[in-house]
Amino acid sequence: MQSTFLLDIRQALARQPRATTEPFWIRGLLIGVALAFILLFLIAPLAAVFTQALAEGIGVYWSSLTDSDALASLRLTLLTAAIAVPCNLVFGVAASWAIAKFEFLGKSLLTTLIDLPFAVSPVISGLIYVLFFGMHGYLGPWLRAHDIEIIFAVPGIVLATMFVTFPFVARELIPLMQAQGTEDEEAALSLGASGWQTFWRVTLPNIKWGLLYGVILCNARAMGEFGAVSVISGHIRGLTNTMPLHVEILYNEYNFVGAFAVASLLTVVALITLVLKCFAEWKFKQDLSVERQEERWSI
Amino acid sequence: MVDMSIEVQHISKHFGSFAALRDVSLTVATGELVALLGPSGSGKTTLLRIISGLEVADPDSGGILLHEEDVTDTHVRSRRVGFVFQHYALFRHMTVYKNVAFGLRVRPRKLRPSAQEIHDKVHGLLKLVQLDWLADHYPAQLSGGQRQRIALARALAIEPKVLLLDEPFGALDARTRQELRGWLRRLHGELNVTSVLVTHDQEEALEVADRVAIMSAGRIEQVGTPEEVFHNPANEFVMNFLGRVNIFHGRVEGDRAYLGPLEVEYKGEYQATAQAARGLVRPFDLDIQTEPNNEPGFKATVCHVNAAGPRVKVDLMAESGEPVHVELGHERYRDLGLTAGQEVFVIPREINVYVDDDLQ
Amino acid sequence: MKLSLRQRSILPGFGLTLGFTLAYLGLLVLIPLAGLFLKSASLSWADFWKTVTDARVLAAYRLSFGASLIAAVINAVFGLIVAWVLVRYRFPGRRFIDALIDLPFALPTAVAGISLTAVYANTGWIGRHLEPLNIKVAFAPLGVVIALTFIGLPFVVRTLQPIMEDLDPDVEEAAASLGAPRRQALLRVILPELWPVLITGFALAFARGLGEYGSIVFISGNMPMRTEIAPLLMVMKLEQFDYAGATAIAVVMLVASFVLLLTINVVQWWSGQRHCVARS
Repeated sequence: MQSTFLLDIRQALARQPRATTEPFWIRGLLIGVALAFILLFLIAPLAAVFTQALAEGIGVYWSSLTDSDALASLRLTLLTAAIAVPCNLVFGVAASWAIAKFEFLGKSLLTTLIDLPFAVSPVISGLIYVLFFGMHGYLGPWLRAHDIEIIFAVPGIVLATMFVTFPFVARELIPLMQAQGTEDEEAALSLGASGWQTFWRVTLPNIKWGLLYGVILCNARAMGEFGAVSVISGHIRGLTNTMPLHVEILYNEYNFVGAFAVASLLTVVALITLVLKCFAEWKFKQDLSVERQEERWSI
Repeated sequence: MVDMSIEVQHISKHFGSFAALRDVSLTVATGELVALLGPSGSGKTTLLRIISGLEVADPDSGGILLHEEDVTDTHVRSRRVGFVFQHYALFRHMTVYKNVAFGLRVRPRKLRPSAQEIHDKVHGLLKLVQLDWLADHYPAQLSGGQRQRIALARALAIEPKVLLLDEPFGALDARTRQELRGWLRRLHGELNVTSVLVTHDQEEALEVADRVAIMSAGRIEQVGTPEEVFHNPANEFVMNFLGRVNIFHGRVEGDRAYLGPLEVEYKGEYQATAQAARGLVRPFDLDIQTEPNNEPGFKATVCHVNAAGPRVKVDLMAESGEPVHVELGHERYRDLGLTAGQEVFVIPREINVYVDDDLQ
Repeated sequence: MKLSLRQRSILPGFGLTLGFTLAYLGLLVLIPLAGLFLKSASLSWADFWKTVTDARVLAAYRLSFGASLIAAVINAVFGLIVAWVLVRYRFPGRRFIDALIDLPFALPTAVAGISLTAVYANTGWIGRHLEPLNIKVAFAPLGVVIALTFIGLPFVVRTLQPIMEDLDPDVEEAAASLGAPRRQALLRVILPELWPVLITGFALAFARGLGEYGSIVFISGNMPMRTEIAPLLMVMKLEQFDYAGATAIAVVMLVASFVLLLTINVVQWWSGQRHCVARS
């Protein structure tokens, strides 16, 4: 009984008392400015995607989506994500296990290396693969000799996508696992569990929301990557176009409705990503909330 | 002498449906140090914050007077109160000097002292709290006790009419708490600023304050000097809260009280029908004897004796099953020659009997 | 040999996970990256200099750099306001807006590009109001700034929010009790706590903008010497199989990104030094 009303007090006190807040008109002004900014930069483009896509009615919208090239691009996008995300998931888990649970020389270098794709422009990500696997690249002649196509083909697209998305899961899990420490795992081991059992039964449940969060972001980027894939793909319609590339092609042909139709699919994926993200965050905060109750709010 | 009194008049405060303060009134005389003492949820911090202006009382309740001026609607920054927080609230990115000088520097130009005056004042205060040598340090480099003294110096810099301290030693270890308690007492003696101290530590309140206000569930149960509240508790709550008590449950019928193993005369209102009651006795108001005599008492077995300390603490189990705690002087203890398992007689010298009606 | 370089631990899986991690990184990242370095090392200094100082390339650098800088400043200012409003005030729709802040992270850059163009073109919802004022957004440098502002928006807001949420209310109350007017309390007490994070967010938005490609190529119109960005030139050189030229431009971009990252790390280290211990 006591703890619930102390929590109520804390919530009530958390509402800004008049001693430490700005006068009413300033608050109104700041809220107005913030909302205008968001409207101009976030809401307007978001709405524009759908209004442009439906500008000529549902019929045209639907036929743009079911066009064979559009469907091929959808398949390629899904295929790429289906390969890149699980691989990067495994990588993320392995890397964060090594980094968070052990001390070794070169750990911070490794962590910096994992952040690399964020520091690099997407087109440069594509460039390095072209330099390596391209016709005039280092491995080019060897690949030609063995009739293996990487650049301007699906393997190249998958590779480039894996490059730009591999940090997402790791970046979420590393700080999370570091904060959680090694006590739980050590306890499990002392009770006789094997390494795998410890991981599945102890570590995984602890990191599940962070993992979901990382996978969601990884997937969003994998499906939406443009720059790196654009450099590698060769833009061959029906074969090496992902959905973002297909959007570009349609747009450059002045087929605006078609371009926005495909874009609307990607936008829906983005919105679902945001919803899932909120869900994962909320669940995570729920898990943390009991620990974070502060005692200093005494009455 | 300039009036620097505080008057709280019929203040109530609700948070949603929860009543933190119910019609509280209190007067603090100029130069007095009053402690607000009570358990968590009693409303003491809320009352302190309302006096300071950091909280506002319910609109239809009473008012606050500082030095005889109605400040109920005055903003905290205009009340000239010095507030000391439990967790110091020092400005992390400013040196100790800048922290203490803050209140002087933010004054409007007309009232702002010159740089030299600020310098002299800050160093004077730092010397007063004996930390002048830390002027160029950052709060992160200081110990808890040092930080709290700086926080106090900072509050004093604005020459406040009243000083309000919210569990100032709550975040410190036991040793530091004791040192700073004595230090605060001496400082108050020197400066004589009207002060209100909130604490849940009764030892602190009884040691430092001129008067103590015991609070419970949003009301003031009793206000008085430390001796008054301890030896003449106004009601059961106060007696139970301060110091250790033995409680005997039972009933009162007519003018007799039957409390567990005890039967004593009930000096209160004659109870025609039996009423549930409790008897509260201080450990030092119980005497132990090896032989029964005519005085009212009960049999008990000695369980444990702790003779390490200024008095001897004896834990016994009464024949009727209640645990009893008695404190004796060393001489008396030696005279008795008590051993564990010994059967003795416990005689109450003074007992406060509270009937359920009394709580209304 | 590996064992002597690390502390012993009873947890299993070190060899397995580290080995997999290094192998993955090696194959996916390091080896191709090595290709880039080898290629750039093989460029003659004269060729390199000629490529990167070509007038068209310089114009592209100026645009990339300048537009990113302006967009980062806009995001710093408005991001601060947005973060403050989201953390401190309650108003209808607050949670919705809070969730929407991450849209630029989640939305593909190509989609962002075409939709921003649609909004700010002469016939667009906002563009049509700006045309009479002779402000051209689409197919002009201003469009690049708008696109980069969109892309960088979450960086400042999301780095500021946790810090703002953790601000100690006691400290603000202390400032008020010492007589400080609200404006002074904000400037002297709260803002100094936010500076390092603001600079970090600014630098992240800036770095992100430098390398941005997808959202810009639609809105800028890609006019040589005016609205071409460096990544675009790099792609063009690749399409012409001028690997050397593409590499040269890439190297300059990489150096700029790394300098920025270094700045971020220095700022974070420096601010950590000043407030070395957490409060109390």
